[in-house]
Amino acid sequence: MNIKKNTELERMSFWEKIYLPEIARGLSLTFKQMFEPTFTRQYPEERWIPTGSYRGRPVLVLEEDGERCVACGLCSRVCPALAIEVQAGETDNVKERYPAKFEINMLRCIYCGFCEEVCPEEAIIMSKDYELVFTSQEEAILGKDKLLIPIAQLQDRLEFLRQYK
Amino acid sequence: MPQIIIDGQRVEAAAGSTIIEAAMEIEKTLPHFCWHPGLSVSGNCRMCLVNVGFPKKGADGAPEFDESGNVIVMWGPKLAIGCATPVADGMIIDTQGQRTEHAQHAIMEFLLINHPLDCPICDEAGQCKLQEYAFNHSNGKSRFIEQKNHKDKRVKLGPRVLFDAERCISCSRCIRFADEIAKQPALTFVQRGDHVTIQTFPGMEFDSPYSMNVIDICPVGALTSMDFRFNARVWEMSFTNSICPGCSRGCNTKLGVRNNEILRIEPRTNMHVNEYWMCDAGRLEQYSFVNDNRISEPHIKGKHTDWESALIAVHEVLQAYNSSQIMIIGSAYGTNEDIYATIRFAKEIVKTTHIDFLEHRDPAFSDEMLKMTDRTPNHNGAIALGLFTNQHESQAEIIAQKIAKHSIKVIITIGENIASHPAFSSVLNDVEHIIFLASNDNETNKIASIVLPSSTYAEVYGTFTNEAHRVQLIEPAIATKENERFMGLKMSRWDKLGAYNDRWSQGEKRNSRPVWNILSAIALQYGQHWNYTSAEDVFESVVSTYTLFHGMSYVLLEEYQGLLLGNAKKPESKKVVYESHLLKPQI
Repeated sequence: MNIKKNTELERMSFWEKIYLPEIARGLSLTFKQMFEPTFTRQYPEERWIPTGSYRGRPVLVLEEDGERCVACGLCSRVCPALAIEVQAGETDNVKERYPAKFEINMLRCIYCGFCEEVCPEEAIIMSKDYELVFTSQEEAILGKDKLLIPIAQLQDRLEFLRQYK
Repeated sequence: MPQIIIDGQRVEAAAGSTIIEAAMEIEKTLPHFCWHPGLSVSGNCRMCLVNVGFPKKGADGAPEFDESGNVIVMWGPKLAIGCATPVADGMIIDTQGQRTEHAQHAIMEFLLINHPLDCPICDEAGQCKLQEYAFNHSNGKSRFIEQKNHKDKRVKLGPRVLFDAERCISCSRCIRFADEIAKQPALTFVQRGDHVTIQTFPGMEFDSPYSMNVIDICPVGALTSMDFRFNARVWEMSFTNSICPGCSRGCNTKLGVRNNEILRIEPRTNMHVNEYWMCDAGRLEQYSFVNDNRISEPHIKGKHTDWESALIAVHEVLQAYNSSQIMIIGSAYGTNEDIYATIRFAKEIVKTTHIDFLEHRDPAFSDEMLKMTDRTPNHNGAIALGLFTNQHESQAEIIAQKIAKHSIKVIITIGENIASHPAFSSVLNDVEHIIFLASNDNETNKIASIVLPSSTYAEVYGTFTNEAHRVQLIEPAIATKENERFMGLKMSRWDKLGAYNDRWSQGEKRNSRPVWNILSAIALQYGQHWNYTSAEDVFESVVSTYTLFHGMSYVLLEEYQGLLLGNAKKPESKKVVYESHLLKPQI
């Protein structure tokens, strides 16, 4: 039998073979971590509030005189996941066009923020909302009632866009 | 014929033609707003400015050359507009050079001074000339920092056309259209300078039956359709070539479809038939019956059923009677394929001689321009194929008399709503069965024993023969359960990629079939295999059976924009097709 032996066991030194120094090294790291500051949050009692740069659920900006959106459909066109459906309607206001229907399918949405980037009116922006729970496919399609958020609650994101967009 | 050089390319232009026309012959389109081949030249937008020169000639009249052997060109002191400058022998035209480009940038900057930033809410966006040229022929900068002019945004020019004065670039295409084509000189410019706007003359409104063509020719979104306004963005629709079935003129159209619903119909250029135009009636009336009030399932005695049992029921009914007791009323609304299948069905399957079709004439509808008295799209096809027992007897009264005279017991009516026709009211009581191939719900459905849903013109391949005996191709725009797996059915991005749980793709797909398909399925019940898998197969049998159709095929019909009956071997020369909107999204 002309087999050249080169097993793990042969390559290890004596101290490596008995494992004890390695166990001691591992335990020392464990004990050190016990005295480090903790990062774990007690969610849901303790909730994380993201900064303005966070891309959560896309929402529509609601101003005092109604929604900003003019239903141009660019968000719908640019959406790579085809999550957005817009149907325009006509009003007698100065801004003659409004979204008669605006639906975002949150099961399709990939939070890329293209809709926000393309919007000529800064009407659709990414919010801080990351807690999305649905119990059916129908429920995951958000209509205007759930999408319209008063502008006062969106100041952080608007400020972020003003600075970095 | 003057020889000219456009961008280094030698062109033999027709004498008297303008630079823009000569360029169009070599498939070069100069940017333009106010020029339209169907209208007179006004030359006021200045977008088609080109650099024009002539070779420098010596004392002996021979052209002079520089050291490297090129002709020395004496460029004009100013640029010339391509739409109003006739070509002259030896003319050298530069459409892309620095000087031309500089002029185009300047014109675009000028036109955009008072143009509002309305693109997000403008119906024209996506097929707008101003958008296209702002992208291709503008440096994208404006030195105008002052307040833009504000004008009226919703002016009713007529019952169907709305005018947005801010968006108007004063090209005068609509004014010239009203004067020259619609023959209703109702529109004019008022005011001057940047206050210029378009108005109807006091006490007049632009209500010509062709008024909506101004919406198509408007190079910007100043004129919008009150019917379509804000229904969809241009890129959300697919546009399928079709033929208007509203009258026997056979205007070439495009069907704008989203979510399996026709949203608008617009004309398609065919210089042999409708040129660039179509009537408002065609636009507004020819889509609602495709979208609404449809029969989507077969019915037996008013109850829903499936195709299989409906076809068996038809077979049973037809078997129970003598062939002389059966009458087939074909339809001039159907395609040539449907009519051929109807004739073949009558001759080979039912073996009846009672076969006719109804004329639909409406003298009130016709005019000198496009509208015809004959309201069916394929009357000439029915005549050419022989959808009759005796010619010139396609009157309802004569057919009703025949029903009574021959004591007809079974009527197969293809799309014709005979129950609502007063001529038939007395004779239908003795008829025991009506088999109705219908697309829409109407009175005949209520008395018909079997109703088979047939597809409309927007859902089938087929051909219509118009009043000038021109055979033209229609293509399916709307998906049905029968055609949804066709190769090449044009669909917008949303229609193509929609899933079952997307609310935006829930447009109804009806369980309807083309008439030729239904008739060959009934023939199969008799044990006859017609072996038609597509409308093209049926058309091939038409071509091989009838000498008038010899030499035709769907490919040629599409290529030559229709062929004349009996003249397919010598088609007319193809013409340059000018479409006002070129930026239709191709997805």
